[in-house]
Amino acid sequence: MRFKARVEVSLKPGHSDPEGETTARALRELNYPVKNVGVSKVYTVFFEASSKTEAEEMVDEMCRRLLANPTKDDYKFEVEEIE
Amino acid sequence: MKREAIRVCILRVGGTNCDAETKRAFDDLGVKAEIIHFNELLRGRKQLADYDLLVFPGGFSFGDYVRAGAIWAKWFIAKLGKNLEEFMDQEKPILGICNGFQILVEAGILPGFEGISKYPEAALATNVPPGYNCRWVYVKNENRGKCVFTSKIPEKSVLRIPVAHSEGRFVFPKEREKNLLERLLENDQLVLRYCHKNGEPAEGEYPANPNGSFYDIAGICNSTGTVLGLMPHPERAYYGWQLPDWTRLKKVPNYADGKLIFESVIDYLTRKF
Repeated sequence: MRFKARVEVSLKPGHSDPEGETTARALRELNYPVKNVGVSKVYTVFFEASSKTEAEEMVDEMCRRLLANPTKDDYKFEVEEIE
Repeated sequence: MKREAIRVCILRVGGTNCDAETKRAFDDLGVKAEIIHFNELLRGRKQLADYDLLVFPGGFSFGDYVRAGAIWAKWFIAKLGKNLEEFMDQEKPILGICNGFQILVEAGILPGFEGISKYPEAALATNVPPGYNCRWVYVKNENRGKCVFTSKIPEKSVLRIPVAHSEGRFVFPKEREKNLLERLLENDQLVLRYCHKNGEPAEGEYPANPNGSFYDIAGICNSTGTVLGLMPHPERAYYGWQLPDWTRLKKVPNYADGKLIFESVIDYLTRKF
């Protein structure tokens, strides 16, 4: 079975986000009433697994091992089966 | 062991860019340093066990994709984790400079409170203020004697070494920050802290602390003191002529402060093995 996962990695609350802060400031300079900007990274992963459960477990492990650093990152993902 | 018998493995992959000057520093000390591509270890053409010191030099390994150092760190552990553990068990030293420090943290080798951790216990996050920062900074040796890379540096003395990075802000998980710092201090794993010229702590103040690092942390070692990771580049402060003000100095010294780090580890190797 073939799957597609959309993984979003973002900073945990409480960790400073210099990229988001700089972007927020720029948007304010463009006259938008922006309070905060959070920056996330999105990965789209195409892979094979024998079931949806296995696919989800696999993506969770990919996040813990490589895509996120648990010290500062949160992650969430959606997995869907594709043709 | 004799100095000339010491073999140093300076590893590189695409994006590594401080391997040549790191080799030059070791060459000057009379040891045998080689620049080895990671693929040579993967394909078994070179064996990690044949070397006495492993160095992850600075650069942007694998384009700094995902997070700086993350890709190489995980790849290394997945393929050569066992060899690395054997290397460390023999108390052979490992040095990670800049990107090398990021690799050691991402690999769970540093801080390594209880050996190599499965997931990273710290991170080198995006600088605050944001952006790439290349400047000379002052760092203070805070180690009380455990780290084999600072044995020739008197405790509390100040070194002048440059940094050049955009992801160098050392952080612990927020909720365990205080506990982990206490553990780091207790275990004598804190090695270098950013400071002012007179040795006063930077206290997070830019530019003395160039990246917003927690507790002004610039370098730490593992629990056995044989693995050092640091953001500053000692290989760029090895010779006197690398100093930013060397043309204005009345007398240019032959060597600069970075040499002490290389000398310390070579001294360790000659005494230990």
